[in-house]
Amino acid sequence: MTENILVICEQRDGKFQKVSMELIGKARQLIEKKQGQKVVALLMGDKIAELAQDLVNHGADRVVYVDNPALKDFMTEPYTKAACAVLKSENPDMVLVGASSIGRDLAPRIAARLKTGLTADCTTLEIDDETGELLMTRPAFGGNVMATIICPDHRPQMATVRPGVMVALEPQTKTGEIVDFDVAFETSDSNVEILETVMIAKETKDITKANILVSGGRGIGNNFAPLKELADVLGGEVSASRASVDAGIAYKDMQVGQTGKTVRPDVYFAFGISGAVQHTAGMEEATLIFAINKDATAPIFDVADVGIVGDAHKIIPKLVNRIKKEKNL
Amino acid sequence: MDFSLSKKHLLMQELFRRFAEKEVKPLAAEVDEKEIFPYGTVDLLGKYGMLGIPWSADNLSYTLCVEEMSKHCATTGVIVSAHTSLCAAPISDWGTAEQKGKYLSKLASGEWLGAFGLTEAGAGTDAAGQQTKAVLDGDNYILNGTKIFITNADAAHVYIIIAMTDKSQGTRGLSAFIVEKDMPGFSIGKKEDKMGIRGSLTCELIMENCIIPKGNLLGKEGEGFKVAMKTLDGGRIGIAAQALGIAQGAIDTTVAYVRERKQFGKRISQFQNTQFELADMQTKVDAARLLTYRAANLKDAGKKYTSEAAMAKLFASEVASDVTRRCLQLHGGYGYIREYPIERMMRDAKITELYEGTSEVQKMVIAAGMKVN
Amino acid sequence: MKIIVCVKQVPDTNEVRLDPKTGTLIREGVPSIINPDDLCGIEAALRLKDEYGCHVTAVSMGPPQTDVALREALAMGCDEAYLVSDRAFGGADTWATSSTLAGAIKKLGYDLIITGRQAIDGDTAQVGPQIAEHLGIPQVTYAQDIEKTEGNALIVQRQYEDRYQKIKIKCPALVTALSSLNKPRYMSVAGVVSAYDTKEVKTLTFEDLKEFVKEENIGLKGSPTKVKKSFPKQVKAQGVKHEVDEDDAVEIIVKKLKEHFVI
Repeated sequence: MTENILVICEQRDGKFQKVSMELIGKARQLIEKKQGQKVVALLMGDKIAELAQDLVNHGADRVVYVDNPALKDFMTEPYTKAACAVLKSENPDMVLVGASSIGRDLAPRIAARLKTGLTADCTTLEIDDETGELLMTRPAFGGNVMATIICPDHRPQMATVRPGVMVALEPQTKTGEIVDFDVAFETSDSNVEILETVMIAKETKDITKANILVSGGRGIGNNFAPLKELADVLGGEVSASRASVDAGIAYKDMQVGQTGKTVRPDVYFAFGISGAVQHTAGMEEATLIFAINKDATAPIFDVADVGIVGDAHKIIPKLVNRIKKEKNL
Repeated sequence: MDFSLSKKHLLMQELFRRFAEKEVKPLAAEVDEKEIFPYGTVDLLGKYGMLGIPWSADNLSYTLCVEEMSKHCATTGVIVSAHTSLCAAPISDWGTAEQKGKYLSKLASGEWLGAFGLTEAGAGTDAAGQQTKAVLDGDNYILNGTKIFITNADAAHVYIIIAMTDKSQGTRGLSAFIVEKDMPGFSIGKKEDKMGIRGSLTCELIMENCIIPKGNLLGKEGEGFKVAMKTLDGGRIGIAAQALGIAQGAIDTTVAYVRERKQFGKRISQFQNTQFELADMQTKVDAARLLTYRAANLKDAGKKYTSEAAMAKLFASEVASDVTRRCLQLHGGYGYIREYPIERMMRDAKITELYEGTSEVQKMVIAAGMKVN
Repeated sequence: MKIIVCVKQVPDTNEVRLDPKTGTLIREGVPSIINPDDLCGIEAALRLKDEYGCHVTAVSMGPPQTDVALREALAMGCDEAYLVSDRAFGGADTWATSSTLAGAIKKLGYDLIITGRQAIDGDTAQVGPQIAEHLGIPQVTYAQDIEKTEGNALIVQRQYEDRYQKIKIKCPALVTALSSLNKPRYMSVAGVVSAYDTKEVKTLTFEDLKEFVKEENIGLKGSPTKVKKSFPKQVKAQGVKHEVDEDDAVEIIVKKLKEHFVI
């Protein structure tokens, strides 16, 4: 067994998911404690060989790629087969996977096949100074408690990490090993048939990319229009807590939190959001957090930089007018 | 004695609670304000088996259902109650196999909604003063007369109508009939503009030479008064449950309010007056709940429950009026504003002291059971 | 077609709060519910039952009080319910949970297994795919629509962040349900009655599953991952909380935004 860290990198249609680079960045940081060991990136797909260099530039020492028409679109079985073959051959100590809808399909399947542990949605990854084990810390109970998980007797130690949690390195032109790994596929491996792929035209902007987020929760009721107005005057986007998404008032892709998206905007407004840790887990890294809630005891005030005990419905229109005046709009 | 609900009844309560929270509560203010009969909700109630609960489950479950609906919307509570207790129940209790086959399954599934017509302009509490007449004519009865204050009136398809078949016999000359909306000579009269339960579509029923088949006589000729009185005994459990629900709903919304509202730098929940008021109210509501569940339990056990149902309704309805008024007081001025549900609850509560026998009638029933006189 | 629906009873994490003084979880009074994604799984199975007359069995692994979740599944219309429960199963991580459930499912027999995508208490989304792996069957996760088609196959709409796919999958197979898959039905009155009066929740212990799952693959022993420690989430240094009127609130916000050069 090696002491290497392997990152399973995800590409769709020849484009990397951001989380892959973030995980290589994290692996680089972890490997500092394991002298002489390597960050290995695994790349799977069809006609993807030329993408390998990009992974090196982002910090991988070695890239193993499996290039095969059977891997053209993501399918659980061929990808699991390829990944397991590479993992058996590379024998890494740790495996990191992006917790995308593909990573969360693939990683558990690999872990079950290799009989090893998998810790989902880690927010902190560290190496134990004494044992050299990977300490995988993740939220549980909707983010109300943090648990540090270890995988003492099985290898590799596997973890998934959600997009936006780790930070990618600035790419630099580097050299690294690039290895073409051959996997023999059988027709029976393709045990599902993709009939149709439909790209979704996004109804809302990507909230993870917004610098300013105006978020609403249960206390806002069923009218998000005032939030939109505030977001517009500030040049931000509207996001929501799970309560508003569950109630059908906001779209799922606007959801911030444990089961939604992790955001780190410069400014985050939480209007009428009580602040269950389910929610705060996804936004507490924001630079400046405003919380506006009628309930003085709402836990959202524990993470806010500026808390206002008051009625969002009354404050928002006044705030919009005031900012308009400030900006001469 | 066991004062707690069984696991089955707890799950039943959970079902009603979720349904009321998701389907009933969001419509309640509009139902009241615009006097909307919630047809969509009634369809769903039928779909999930909530319009024939005494037959698929039991009367205690039915009570739980009316209570949970009424916590959020007293209109929805009375729709279920009038349909179940006042129309489906008498057909179940007095109907022939043929009548049950024709009406009961359609009523229980919600395909048809039911109503009950006893009250007339000159015969409210005094049922013997009935002016509506029914005359046998070959294979049909011909009905003439007008019933007033009929819950569900325009939304219903089936009506239990009490009419005089033999005036000389007084109350023993009354008979009960099953009337369908599309029978010739039957029509819906003016709709009442009410203080509360504003969505329940309370109207007059007008019968002008209304022809109904002989086979639609419910029970025997002359049994109408018995049918009506027994029907009202059961109905009172439903109204007690409605009152109970209104009262508990008022407390629930008030507790949420006092935890939020601040005066003198404190949440008003921190004032002892608020706490004592709510403690006192919850005690009364729990007492009303025990009386109501007891009456339902007795009915389920096949025992006599006339006095107990009257006591439940008398007490629960008075508690509902008292509690909603006091809860509104805890809201202060905001309680008087339509933005908050408490003023609606106060208006809704009053009817429970009036219909299916006023509080005074309940006392007559209870006193009769005590053989005071 | 025989459908197995996996159900987990979870604390309603929306209602979970932390003790502001100790930072520990207040579990008291937090209602237990069927995991929301699993409810959609039940609904999906029941729709297939309504249309094609499938037989639907609900399976849950948990302590005895999980009974009520399975009664709820029966009250919604599931035909049978099994509680996989034994002290020996305790302390299981997703690996051991999935191997135990796979054992139970193998014993019961199946064409299709539906699980929720993930549970709101653990949020791992691992048990579904791992059951499929233990059984050696194909899976489609993140299902937002399920249709049955000829030849004991399904057409599943699989959701991704940026696209969806229509995927044909032949049974035996496993599908994980998203909450956007459907709006779960309520229990019905007759369903609640039958859940207690005519149907039963049958318990499967390790003894019952011995032929189908190895002892080293269950419970704490069968779990590759261990919890090293758990601790209350660290709260950020608290900012300032203002109890002021709306106009002052607006001024405070605007001042702060200016300090941060937002406006």
